[in-house]
Amino acid sequence: MTAVLEARALKRDYQVKRGLFSEPAAVKALAGVSFSLESGKTLAIVGESGSGKSTLARLLTLIEVPTAGALLIDGEDVAHADAATRGRLRREIQMVFQNPYGSLNPRQKIGKALEEPLLVNTSLRAKEREAAARDMMRKVGLRPEFYDRYPHMFSGGQRQRIAIARALMLKPKILVLDEPVSALDVSIRAQVLNLLAALQEELQVAYVFISHDLSVVRHIADRVMVVYLGHAVETGSRDAIFSAPQHPYTRALLSATPVADPQAKKERIILSGELPSPFNPPRGCSFHPRCPLAFDRCRVEEPPLDVKQGREVACWAVAADSIDLAPC
Amino acid sequence: MRALVGDPKVVCAGGFLLLLALVAILAPLVAPHDPLEQDLMLATVPPAGFSGADPAHLLGTDGLGRDVLSRLIFGSRIALTVALVAAAIAALAGTLLGLLAGYFGGIIDALVSRLVEIWMAFPPVLLSILVVAILGSGIHSVIVAIAIIDWTRFARVVRADTMAQAEMDYVTAARTMGFARAAILFGEILPNVTPLLMALVSLEMGIAVIVEAILSFVGLSVSSDTPTWGGMIAEGRQIIHQAWWVFAAPLVALFLTVLAFNQLGEGLRRALDPVMRR
Repeated sequence: MTAVLEARALKRDYQVKRGLFSEPAAVKALAGVSFSLESGKTLAIVGESGSGKSTLARLLTLIEVPTAGALLIDGEDVAHADAATRGRLRREIQMVFQNPYGSLNPRQKIGKALEEPLLVNTSLRAKEREAAARDMMRKVGLRPEFYDRYPHMFSGGQRQRIAIARALMLKPKILVLDEPVSALDVSIRAQVLNLLAALQEELQVAYVFISHDLSVVRHIADRVMVVYLGHAVETGSRDAIFSAPQHPYTRALLSATPVADPQAKKERIILSGELPSPFNPPRGCSFHPRCPLAFDRCRVEEPPLDVKQGREVACWAVAADSIDLAPC
Repeated sequence: MRALVGDPKVVCAGGFLLLLALVAILAPLVAPHDPLEQDLMLATVPPAGFSGADPAHLLGTDGLGRDVLSRLIFGSRIALTVALVAAAIAALAGTLLGLLAGYFGGIIDALVSRLVEIWMAFPPVLLSILVVAILGSGIHSVIVAIAIIDWTRFARVVRADTMAQAEMDYVTAARTMGFARAAILFGEILPNVTPLLMALVSLEMGIAVIVEAILSFVGLSVSSDTPTWGGMIAEGRQIIHQAWWVFAAPLVALFLTVLAFNQLGEGLRRALDPVMRR
């Protein structure tokens, strides 16, 4: 199956003025991230705040342009597409935001909010738009009488359903979900996650699921990418990442997720220090100042993202597969 | 809408202003006398309830024997016309510049913001006197002067609110759906700025009434044969020891009108806010 979304070494720098006379500094929010995503699958992007997750979301939804690298939607390079193609590609990728209290226009009725994407992007008649909106409301489990209500009349979970419905109105091939359940009550979370899974099954839409909550990721992801300070440090199938994490950062993240088994013996890795300033990233491996396994090489040389142990991982301390060692 | 009707402040203030508007529109029918008709035999007759009152003159007469109530009623026409038109023009200009500056930022924001800062450094009374001196006295000049001075109030507030709204995810969502920038600004952001704007317009109308009164007090508004509240205050001031009511009546009218506009603005802001932010 061909990739519906492909990122090739996506980079994004921000120029920040630091004063009248000093040179503007470049913040490397994203330092070259690659992945490909197939239709109907879910890629989870995991990382702490400041790791570049949200920057990636803004690049993928074409809100911002990458400083370097290429983004291919449905096999077409966005950067080299003409305006009409760009407009079409933009419709293929939609976004659901973290906070359902901010992502819906407070002065717009739900029905109108759902029809608006169709009004702008298609030539459907008012009757057809309304039918499409009501159909989508049914799909996401909203009652038809909600059509004429305003967003402030709904709970967080209902609002997130509305936001999901709205993002799906243009029948996109890809949905970028930026922490879609982290603002919701735990009791509502499972409902929304199940809805997302059901919609994916029905519509074969691919998800880019951005989260810092590994228990949620475990539930929904097919593949997982762990990002740290704008770098992908480990990426692989969900089972590979969760059953045998290799990168010390991934292991630390996993050891911090609670497990509902009081008998479970767990490796407990506690990271010291803070995320380094992206103005002044560490030399060598960006994780080395906080890494319990760091040795001399990590401080000078940046590890490449190599295939080791059945996934891609960027760490000098992870042993290469034995096949690679054989010729020595 | 329900919240508006439930607020006693809004009901009282709105009711008063509605009544005032009705009286102003129907002035020739409502006023008991011709506001310009002089009767020197009946000069400085006190209002009803005081000794020597004339039942034909409810609020008494002024130094030239003109009926104070009728002059008050005709004066409300000028006050309300100026309030309505000047506030509308100031709101239109200020809102447009504020929206553009707040949404596009960069050079547009820098230009508008500097212009507002320079504008606000001028003393407003001097500026209005200057405008009236250039355009000549008359109701049009007063309106233009108020709009020219007070558009900055709208530009500043609308710019700040637009900036806050533009950061909201619903604006980003609109962009991912391929909306044009103008459609986002006027279709998504403007409706969310409107409640604040309505409150501001109401406050501005109160301010406009005061500015008009000040200008007519110093004789820079409409010509003196048209009754205005400011003009009546100026005339009443000279005979305050003989006929205090000539001075007091327009003052009370002015006070109540401005109070009503302010209360309405305050009530609108509070009534419309929760729908928006909750």
